[in-house]
Amino acid sequence: MLYRETGQFKTTYTSDSQVFPILQDKIGLIAMLLIAFLVVPVFGSEFFVKTVMTPFLIFTLATIGLNILVGYTGQLSLGTGAFMGVGAYSCYKLATYFPETNLVLLILLSGFFSAGIGVIFGLPSLRIKGFYLAVATLAAQFFLEWCFIRIKWLYNDNTSGAINSLPREAFGYQISGGAADYIAQYIVVLCIVVMMTWVASNLIRGRIGRSWMMIRDMDIAAELMGVRPLYAKLSAFAVSSFYAGVAGAMMVFLYYGSAEPEIFDINHSFLFLFMAIIGGLGSLIGCYMGAAFIWIMPIILRELPEIIGLDINPATVEHIIFMMIGGLIIFFLIVEPHGLARLWQIAKEKLRTWPFPYT
Amino acid sequence: MLYNIFVDPFAQMLGAPDFLMQVLWEGFVAGTLYGLIALGFVLIFKASGVFNFAQGIMVVFSALTLVGLYQAGVPAWAALVLTIGAMFVLAWLVERIVLRNLVNQEEIILFMATIGLNYFLIGFGEYVFGGEPKKMIASELGLPTGSTTFEPFGGVLIIEHLDVAAVVVAVALVTGLAIFFNKTRIGRALRAVADDHQAAMSVGISLNQIWVIVWFAAGIVALATGIMWGAKSDVSFALQIVALKALPVLIIGGFTSIPGAILGGLIIGFGEKLFEIYWGGLLGSGVEGWFAYVIALIFLLFRPQGLFGEKIIERI
Repeated sequence: MLYRETGQFKTTYTSDSQVFPILQDKIGLIAMLLIAFLVVPVFGSEFFVKTVMTPFLIFTLATIGLNILVGYTGQLSLGTGAFMGVGAYSCYKLATYFPETNLVLLILLSGFFSAGIGVIFGLPSLRIKGFYLAVATLAAQFFLEWCFIRIKWLYNDNTSGAINSLPREAFGYQISGGAADYIAQYIVVLCIVVMMTWVASNLIRGRIGRSWMMIRDMDIAAELMGVRPLYAKLSAFAVSSFYAGVAGAMMVFLYYGSAEPEIFDINHSFLFLFMAIIGGLGSLIGCYMGAAFIWIMPIILRELPEIIGLDINPATVEHIIFMMIGGLIIFFLIVEPHGLARLWQIAKEKLRTWPFPYT
Repeated sequence: MLYNIFVDPFAQMLGAPDFLMQVLWEGFVAGTLYGLIALGFVLIFKASGVFNFAQGIMVVFSALTLVGLYQAGVPAWAALVLTIGAMFVLAWLVERIVLRNLVNQEEIILFMATIGLNYFLIGFGEYVFGGEPKKMIASELGLPTGSTTFEPFGGVLIIEHLDVAAVVVAVALVTGLAIFFNKTRIGRALRAVADDHQAAMSVGISLNQIWVIVWFAAGIVALATGIMWGAKSDVSFALQIVALKALPVLIIGGFTSIPGAILGGLIIGFGEKLFEIYWGGLLGSGVEGWFAYVIALIFLLFRPQGLFGEKIIERI
């Protein structure tokens, strides 16, 4: 009843091809942004902002990166974790060499390093695809992980082998290191994620994004129509790794505070693949939904026994969470292989005609 | 530097041939075990086109079931039979609940479903059997222990009896499966399904039945792998990372070839051990972790279909 476009007339081509053609969607988006920018920092508890929202946004960004590669370009990648690691380690080195520079700038810069590495490991995609490509990206995953452990220069030769987030400032606020304010960290993460989502949505609607989708749908036809696979595939790898790198740098500096090579391992790569697939391949809103589902659901499940007063061993809860995630993945794939984004779309279609679907 | 790469390792090999033989033997054993894991992948991939990510956890799960049953007081032989039964139930459930509902979906969806299965089995296995590493009941199952020492070229070569048993089991499984695939009625049906699902169905082959059989066969291979690997180290969930090694093995051997899986495993096993021992020092240790993938990458560039694979891969 409330959600319908009756009376909203499109008079120009531009207005017809907007991202959100329906007024209610725009209002909804603005409301979401207001909640994220104002309500959450002001009313959210420390636990909620620090442990739920910040990582959720960072993981969303990594998922967007992966989705650009898997969902929009059709190149299966299992190396997201390692590309995030490249971003994190290069940000660490940059922060060591340029202590006075604004950290936000360094985080964005470190994305270029992982983009470079991503292009190198994307080269095999010009010859192979599917599971074969997945193995090539697995090589990247294990090789880079090994580099993070073995190359001492990367972590400034410290004895623990881990990288700590150095105390650095941005815009006059300290946003990393032990004394950082979690609200400031959240705002920085939110700004970067919102901005990069906006960039991604425009990239995808533009020429380069359409060439990615052509490669995904049928590479030979795309080539015949003048899309160069070399540029299309490598640019997808570059953009995807850029997003992953920025997410990795933020994960270490704005969320974990310190990181060992293990947090960039294969399990994290799989985690992001889950988020992308559960959310919906080839959908940006799906990245948010997938990340929320995979990240926030276990947190709720962990808290649930306490809330309803059951006394369950924490280890048992962990096992049950594993089982539930596995079961839910299978369940969602059976019910809707195109992910939560598709369910959301169906729901919107239903809402538009509700309550008179047959008129 | 060049000396260290091209001359020194070979000088070391010739200088201590007994040590080289020891390294080669270890590579051989590791290779057969990789090959066994890859075999499970190949079986399922051949018959259903599903890339079964859960094979690694099936190895762990079957081994845990066996040990868990034994610890619960079931005699070893009965535990073995019961575990085989459990693998059958697992195969049946997977077919019934997962595969049947996902017929005709894209590869990646099926792949994701097996990752979901993987997660489920990890949680379930830890819930039932606990997360701590367990000892495999090797001697109770009649596997030999101890070792024989040879003295070739005036050095020492130690061969564990268990490793010999592992190789024998691998050879027996491959021969058995090859005969099963080529000579029996069900084997022919399996190959028909692998070639073309629709054509197979149109001549009256039940896809569902075939899938159960294939997953059951993969489960038995997983059990054999689990017993052997568990006897060498412990039975723990860390084993499932080893299972990822099956991917490069498959790339080298070809996704659809049973002998290819074993040969690929051997190449990876030999290559990894030799490189780690003789060249690893140059890079710092731990190269075993990624070396297999790099070999696979090189193979992909020159022979994308693998050694024995069918040439179906599209280029571009």
